[in-house]
Amino acid sequence: MGSDALFYAFGAIAVVASLLVIAQRNPVYSVLLLIASFGALSGLYVLLDAPFVAVIQIIVYAGAIMVLFLFVVMLLNAPHEDTVYDEHVHPLLRPGPMRFGAALALAFGVELVWALTRGGSSGEFAPGAVSSVASIGRMLFTDYAFPFEVTSILILVAMMGAVVLARRD
Amino acid sequence: MLNQYLILSAILFTIGAAGVFVRRNLITILLSIEIMLNAVNLTFVAFGRALGSAEGQIIVFFVMTVAAAEAAVGLAIVITLFRHKESLNPDSFTRLKW
Amino acid sequence: MTPLLIAQIGLTLFVFVALLSSAAVMVYVERKVAALLQQRFGPYLVGPKGLLQPLADVVKLMFKEELRPKAADALLFGLAPIISATCAFAAFAVVPFGASTTLFGLLDAPLRLQVADVNVAILVIFAIASMSVYGIVLAGWSSNSKYSLLGGLRSSAQMISYELSYGLALAAVLLVSNSLSVTEIVNGQSGSWWHVIPRWSVFLQPVGFVIYMTAGIAETNRAPFDFPEAEQELVAGYHTEYSSMSFAMFFLAEYINMVTVSAVATDLFLGGWHGPFLPESLGWIWFLIKVGALLFFYVWMRWTLPRYRYDQLMRFGWKVLLPLSVINLLVTAAGVLYFGL
Repeated sequence: MGSDALFYAFGAIAVVASLLVIAQRNPVYSVLLLIASFGALSGLYVLLDAPFVAVIQIIVYAGAIMVLFLFVVMLLNAPHEDTVYDEHVHPLLRPGPMRFGAALALAFGVELVWALTRGGSSGEFAPGAVSSVASIGRMLFTDYAFPFEVTSILILVAMMGAVVLARRD
Repeated sequence: MLNQYLILSAILFTIGAAGVFVRRNLITILLSIEIMLNAVNLTFVAFGRALGSAEGQIIVFFVMTVAAAEAAVGLAIVITLFRHKESLNPDSFTRLKW
Repeated sequence: MTPLLIAQIGLTLFVFVALLSSAAVMVYVERKVAALLQQRFGPYLVGPKGLLQPLADVVKLMFKEELRPKAADALLFGLAPIISATCAFAAFAVVPFGASTTLFGLLDAPLRLQVADVNVAILVIFAIASMSVYGIVLAGWSSNSKYSLLGGLRSSAQMISYELSYGLALAAVLLVSNSLSVTEIVNGQSGSWWHVIPRWSVFLQPVGFVIYMTAGIAETNRAPFDFPEAEQELVAGYHTEYSSMSFAMFFLAEYINMVTVSAVATDLFLGGWHGPFLPESLGWIWFLIKVGALLFFYVWMRWTLPRYRYDQLMRFGWKVLLPLSVINLLVTAAGVLYFGL
């Protein structure tokens, strides 16, 4: 009973924060609201019996990737919305491509919800065991060892690419 | 219960997609892509819990690493573009248009 | 409302109050030790031997005028010290400071002396440490002044660089103790080898301990890594524009971060609350002694060593400390495999 209430609370925070992210003009506020959304998602992962993923979400997403975004926003002194469109009308209400884009996203959402709930009713989760960090680690190094190594090469390549691209020459 | 998690992640994915379609600021577009990736992570973990396997969490691990790498390179590109033209509007980079 | 629940709520409040008073004690200790190291008296007027000096400081800070620069972003300006202070307190929530006790038989189930017992406690500490970067970066940005912005960006870049070595030193501890829960790591350090040397992790990985303390000092922005808030360089770095209670919150956050780093180092490397001559139930006395020794070490470092310049600091973090912590991890892994610990 309590976990249902927590699900709705965290879900509401995540949805409202994400809506505000795409509605804010100031990029710094968008980044901070996205961190709030990630915190709510981390709570949802705890409710789904995945404490490891919850903490990794905070460490990697909210603690590292968002710091990167914040640094870029602050160093570029990122301006607010562009001036090609009318500044006084909110982005989601502007005529033309934007209204069409918003309507398209809404249609997409309705279709996704319909497709995902077609599979019949689903009751409570079966009381399963919380997979420990040890079992996740074991699977990562035996069944999924190849993607693990490839991911580390991917991060190395991304690091080199970011350094080379952002260099002043 | 699984349906509720799936609906929530569908809503989050839609919000992210709307952000990519509608907003004309490169940083906000990248943030919306992050929202979409998070919605996908939530789907994976919810299914992993419903099917009782830890593989959902392992795939989430990989998705997070890929999202980190993509955010880093994407932001580097944004910095380079900003240095050329002092603008973050994707519509203002029109030199390759015919 | 079982007695256990009441005891847990009481424990939470006790930890909160104890952290606040530890910050006050640290203010006095820092000034007195600094004075003694510099061969002068330090505070001696207020109260006997100057013991009421922290009280005078708190009263002064409360009565100062709360300023806000006109061009500062009001919401972020107010939010930044709150984030710093909250993360500092929250990190201590998963640190145990004593053995489970039944409070002289008042409770039927033993109460862990830990606010929240999570079995991924080490990762939670690391997560909250990475969240505390935001307080500093937002303080620097929202003050809308060049000293603050430079200090804030430099300070946060330093913190995220040293987080890597911090995490890898923690990972080496995990290899030896096979668990992510801090309570189990401490319990694995009870007993002794040959009845002489206690079974502390610091004897198994001395290099890991040195790396952890160095990264901890850099994480809390204390000397010799305090270039971003050095008075001679950037006025006061990211908290230049803050006054009165907001400044007090940053101050508080810094001292409580020091206490948390020392407490985690004590739990992971120095055997927590285990020690000779005292029964298990009085183990918190040993915990206090060890944490006090580490805090004295912190203050001693500040007033003895000259500070690193910013590029020297970043070079040290990336080119010296990070490879050293990776090698430490490799050697520990090899040792665990070979000796079957």
